[in-house]
Amino acid sequence: MKRTGDHLRHPLKVARGLGSAKDGTGHFIIQRITAIALVFLGLYVVWLLVSGGAADFATARATVGHPFHATLLIAFLVAMFWHTQLGIQVIIEDYVHTAGWAVLLQLANRFVCILAAIASVLAVIRIALGA
Amino acid sequence: MANHQRPLSPHMQVYRWQIQMVTSILHRATGIILGVGSLLIAWALIALAAGPEQWGHFSAAARSPLGFLVLFGWTWAFAYHLINGLRHLLQDAGRSFDIPGFVRNSWISVIGSLVLTALVWAVAMMQGGAA
Repeated sequence: MKRTGDHLRHPLKVARGLGSAKDGTGHFIIQRITAIALVFLGLYVVWLLVSGGAADFATARATVGHPFHATLLIAFLVAMFWHTQLGIQVIIEDYVHTAGWAVLLQLANRFVCILAAIASVLAVIRIALGA
Repeated sequence: MANHQRPLSPHMQVYRWQIQMVTSILHRATGIILGVGSLLIAWALIALAAGPEQWGHFSAAARSPLGFLVLFGWTWAFAYHLINGLRHLLQDAGRSFDIPGFVRNSWISVIGSLVLTALVWAVAMMQGGAA
């Protein structure tokens, strides 16, 4: 960790939560970036569902597998699960104050969001590649 | 003299409901709903990649009365989180922080979400498939 000034302070003091970790706005910024992306990608997915909601298996596969839709769908999935993970994280931080439960739920939140993101992106790639 | 009637932190039972708190609570609630919905989107794509039989299971669930209710609820949660999210982004940019503007925009979020939901389903019905 880069330290500026104050060399008399031991880094451990920072690590123990007595100083800034220098990434305080990271969560805020990524939540906003994914939010702006999801304004466009979310409307696109709703349009996709409304225009092709009654499609049969072959048509649905052909649509999802089209390079244009596959690209935007993967962008949507990454932004959505990232945004979801950040949002649920804040809710757990705000309402769960028991140390054990807080850690357990934070872990579960990350594992579920990341696994679901990987699984659904892999599904789109398999469809796009005709697997 | 000590005043024992001093107000405490907002206890929900005695706190007068106002639109500002409604929009705040709904943003979190719809966020959780959309989080669960994201797992259903993952299920849909995994089923589509797995084959006609798996897709049939998903499709049947989506077309059941409960599936219809979930889709309708998801649409409203999406519409609300979208419009209120845009409102939050505008507030992040420092706009509309005065109380009359805040109240007016809150109502736009609530009523706008109902209008957008109705619009999406009207178009979906006209497309001939109830999703």
